[in-house]
Amino acid sequence: MLYINCPHCGMRSQNEFSYGGDASVKRPELNKEVSDQEWDNFVYNRKSLRGKHLELWQHISGCRQWIKVERDTTTHEIFRTFKADEEVA
Amino acid sequence: MQKYSIFNLVKNAFSNHQNWDLAWKDPTPKEEYDVVIIGGGGHGLATAYYLAKEHNITKVAIIEKGWIGGGNVGRNTTIIRSNYMHDENGLFSEFGMDLWRKMSQDLNYNVMFSPRGIINLAHSDAQMNAYARRGNSMRLNGIDAVLLNREQVKEIIPMADFSENVRFPIFGGLMQPSAGTARHDAVAWGYARQADSMGVDIIQNCEVIGFDVSAGKIKGIRTSRGNIKAKKVGLCVAGSTNILAEKLNMTLPIETHLLQACVSEPVKPVLDKVVTFGAGHFYVSQSDKGEMVMGGDLDGYNSYAQRGNLPTLQHVLTEGIAMMPFLSKLKMLRTWGGIMDMSMDGSPIIDKTHIEGLYLNCGWCYGGFKATPASGWTFAHTIAQDRVHELNAGYSLNRFSTGHLIDEKGLGTKTWIS
Repeated sequence: MLYINCPHCGMRSQNEFSYGGDASVKRPELNKEVSDQEWDNFVYNRKSLRGKHLELWQHISGCRQWIKVERDTTTHEIFRTFKADEEVA
Repeated sequence: MQKYSIFNLVKNAFSNHQNWDLAWKDPTPKEEYDVVIIGGGGHGLATAYYLAKEHNITKVAIIEKGWIGGGNVGRNTTIIRSNYMHDENGLFSEFGMDLWRKMSQDLNYNVMFSPRGIINLAHSDAQMNAYARRGNSMRLNGIDAVLLNREQVKEIIPMADFSENVRFPIFGGLMQPSAGTARHDAVAWGYARQADSMGVDIIQNCEVIGFDVSAGKIKGIRTSRGNIKAKKVGLCVAGSTNILAEKLNMTLPIETHLLQACVSEPVKPVLDKVVTFGAGHFYVSQSDKGEMVMGGDLDGYNSYAQRGNLPTLQHVLTEGIAMMPFLSKLKMLRTWGGIMDMSMDGSPIIDKTHIEGLYLNCGWCYGGFKATPASGWTFAHTIAQDRVHELNAGYSLNRFSTGHLIDEKGLGTKTWIS
């Protein structure tokens, strides 16, 4: 069982969350010429890092907020969690 | 190579079976090979076998970080089927079914192929319609499919829950009678033994740490046991694809996720089909030893752990008990996990890459085991001829850019969603 520290609600079990994938993926900016390659990178291509991975989770059975979680994809250890709009240093 | 036969079995009995040849050797890596296959799983071993058998290329090495057959070919639930709707998947898998039927003879190794049939249960009228459509598509591609109504399903699997007041009543099902199971380890060992006998070097405990690429062409690989020159290199590493792609500065439409499976204690024969639950993701069959072999959803987040987490297992088994209540009486014997190369449309990639001489075989999602022979056969063709075969033409890497996705399940890019 993973325990995720929701920045809004505190420590909760993974059963309350749903996964949203890689949080480092950025949607191409609006009002700008976007190449096919940029769209590919946004929609399909993923680094799928082994080790530290910054990812989106939604506290779907809690506050329903999207949050960012820094987690190790090999050990499943969770290092830090952030609000969705928080900058990750 | 010593043939496995009743004659040799009797002969070796006189020496207490102490004098059998080793099934494959343990060679030290040579300086150079025509083809290096990275990954000694089912697909890698099959690729090497078909390179030697079909294309007469025997200066081949298989480079395996651990031991052969220790990854997903040893961790799956052994299901073999070709019940796909899309032409690309259906024709590819049905080609594989032919190879499965001949495999034990072909490899001189009993892979215990058991075409017992698979039933996908339907739990609504809409699902019955969808199955009728899929069944028709299968039959147009020459694949056997039978649409069963509730009574027919009840006759075949009376132990399923046919009571009136269940949340997901069984409306019927789609059966592929020729589908089945095989002994997964035997598949790896059978391919390894034959490939070895034709001159392929199977190099275990050898990790790839880098690639030598110059002027857009592959020159060789760097490993924990030294540098190896190679004219051609094939990647067959399933859940580790992204790790090697990073060393090649490639970003692929693949995410690595964790899938669990489990077996119960052995019980007397009760289930002679593979059965899948249609209102979630759960499948079950009974092994020859009597264990109920079960699996279902991914754990649902990126993982390289090769071990699972209990909430998903509980969720999957809840579906199992909803489908077949007697399962709740069984004790669990073992659970384990493997890491899946989840592609962004749920279908695999067998293709050339932008690097000359580098070939890619990945994206098998949940369905790698059944594809072992067809994947090896088409990948060997792609490497040997430096062009894709018509069977894997649809499994191109650039289909994500061009929009020619093969989205069998209609899940979009989040194939890990359950």
